[in-house]
Amino acid sequence: MNHMPLLRKLLLGTLAMFAFAFALVPLYDVFCDVTGLNGKPSMEQARQSERVDNSREVTVSFTTHAQSGAPFKVSAQQQSVVVKPGEMSLVTFAAANTSDQARVMQAIPSVSPGLAAKYLHKLACFCFDQQTLQANEQQEYQLRFYVDPALPPEYEELTLSYTLFDISAKHSESLVAAAR
Amino acid sequence: MSTAAATHEHHGPATGIKRWLFTTNHKDIGTLYLLFSLLMFLTGGAMAMVIRAELFQPGLQLVDPHFFNQMTTVHGLIMVFGAVMPAFTGLANWMIPMMIGAPDMALPRMNNWSFWILPFAFAILLMSLFMDGGGPAFGWTFYAPLSTTYSNDNTALFVFAIHIMGISSIMGAINVIVTIVNLRAPGMKWMKLPLFVWTWLITAFLLIAVMPVLAGAVTMVLTDKYFGTDFFNAAGGGDPVMFQHIFWFFGHPEVYIMILPAFGIISTIVPTFSRKKLFGYSSMVYATASIALLSFVVWAHHMFTTGMPLAGELFFMYSTMLISVPTGVKVFNWVATMWRGSISFEAPMMFAIAFIVLFTLGGFSGLMLAITPVDFQYHDTYFVVAHFHYVLVTGAVFSIMAAAYYWLPKWTGHMYNTRLAKWHFWMSLISVNVLFFPMHFVGLAGMPRRIPDYALQFADFNAIISIGGFAFGLSQLLFVAVVFKCIKAGEKAPAKVWDGAEGLEWQVASPAPYHTFETPPEVK
Repeated sequence: MNHMPLLRKLLLGTLAMFAFAFALVPLYDVFCDVTGLNGKPSMEQARQSERVDNSREVTVSFTTHAQSGAPFKVSAQQQSVVVKPGEMSLVTFAAANTSDQARVMQAIPSVSPGLAAKYLHKLACFCFDQQTLQANEQQEYQLRFYVDPALPPEYEELTLSYTLFDISAKHSESLVAAAR
Repeated sequence: MSTAAATHEHHGPATGIKRWLFTTNHKDIGTLYLLFSLLMFLTGGAMAMVIRAELFQPGLQLVDPHFFNQMTTVHGLIMVFGAVMPAFTGLANWMIPMMIGAPDMALPRMNNWSFWILPFAFAILLMSLFMDGGGPAFGWTFYAPLSTTYSNDNTALFVFAIHIMGISSIMGAINVIVTIVNLRAPGMKWMKLPLFVWTWLITAFLLIAVMPVLAGAVTMVLTDKYFGTDFFNAAGGGDPVMFQHIFWFFGHPEVYIMILPAFGIISTIVPTFSRKKLFGYSSMVYATASIALLSFVVWAHHMFTTGMPLAGELFFMYSTMLISVPTGVKVFNWVATMWRGSISFEAPMMFAIAFIVLFTLGGFSGLMLAITPVDFQYHDTYFVVAHFHYVLVTGAVFSIMAAAYYWLPKWTGHMYNTRLAKWHFWMSLISVNVLFFPMHFVGLAGMPRRIPDYALQFADFNAIISIGGFAFGLSQLLFVAVVFKCIKAGEKAPAKVWDGAEGLEWQVASPAPYHTFETPPEVK
């Protein structure tokens, strides 16, 4: 009996499932994007809103958290702002590198409640880029954002949270170059 | 080369170590798998003894927490990939060709490979325990970032060990499928296949579907840890929660991989000792297939506390509960098979009946865990430990013991010491319940799993659990004694060992000759 045709199909199935494991990575992101699950806001620059909804107000609060001893202090100058959906807001964040070495910071935003994440649009954010901070350097960052007028009315308060990661290990060469 | 010499070589096995190294005979490979699985069962069991000794009293006494974590991790990995899965593959190798009237497995050389890479996988895994920094200590589920950011440099060894185990399982599964599809004796129609063959066929498809996903997951852990990718690292745009989705997409079908062949074994043994035909054969086949299909849409019930939207929690709760329907069909069919049967209580039947009762109990605690709101209380407590040990020890392991006691006379040609086997049964039954039943209560009271120390109020229960653990561990030495005494000597077993047994394997002599069904049997 010739086993090759069946064997070939089964091996192909195995390879397909191995590929599927990696396909799950983009599929996961697409799924989260479409459904808005996971509280992952967009990391790309948004366009300005075309209209402003004057009929209601939304409170947006800011919080930051340094991940596992990352030597950064970042805080918004206002703890929260009250905005009309569609209206542009500008918030200043004071950032500092508390270590005596140059460090690269990556801020990862997250919005709570998670399902409202896709209604918060950022035009400028320090999270779009990796930020290099010299030893004990202080910096100010501008966040420009608006809340989408399409935000469902049950959301009256949003929290934008930044987790600060120290990614210097991956950038040791560029840091040396910057220090020169 | 003379043809006479060539054919002569095929008459019997080679002698010495070469017989086992180069064998392509399904019975030899089945034996190798079974003995290897027994060795791993004892190794993983010894680690469980370390865990229970440390937990005998509150506080830290015997081992430091990092070593404790390695013990829980490697105990889990060895029992899942080294004990239960190879035992089932060994049973498949021995029994499937004889049950369907085939002369051997379809791909004998691949069969040799799929066994002989396994000892290397476990050697790599076990050796990592002795290296600087120790072995894997992140739990057998190797959640990122524990296995990426916070693991030691020996993680690569863990990854390669898992890769080899996966390749071995996939080759075994492919062999089972090709054998069953292509080598059935004439007249062995699909709906005449013994249930052990059916359940293994479905298991083999599950293996092919999910073992590559596990390989993908460990590869991502490897590249995240050593090559700077960011699959599971939020700083680089990845997501640690995605690890859990990928892992449990493998993990949930994996638990059915470890229980479906057990269903097949119980469906073989219960009719034999009830002296009745299996009740509801076709419903058993369809129930097995539905369990396998449903296993792909329930994975996130392991992740209720990661923060899922309500709709997701409801979906995974209901789909999980749905699995109890086909499983219930099976349990009721076994009970209906015994109903008004002329039951006798030989060792395999005793293990089979204990399986039905205790596996059902483990299934019920699984249903409790499936209820999302209460899972928030049970999550990561000893209640979960109690649940999966009921389904895996009194479920999968008891079914393997039952199978060993059922087919051992066919394999060795000797009847084993039935008195000792019954001692093994009763000792195991009592001690396993002393071991795992109180875990339900300490779990409900809030004792977390995978922690080497605990709050004082759990002390008495943990002492009882540990005593049960040591007793269960020692009882298994009886099993080892029964098996090795039976291999060496014993009363001569007839071809049909059990008078109520049906199936082609009982038509061949005991011990089964080296080559069976070289001409296909007639299946009526």
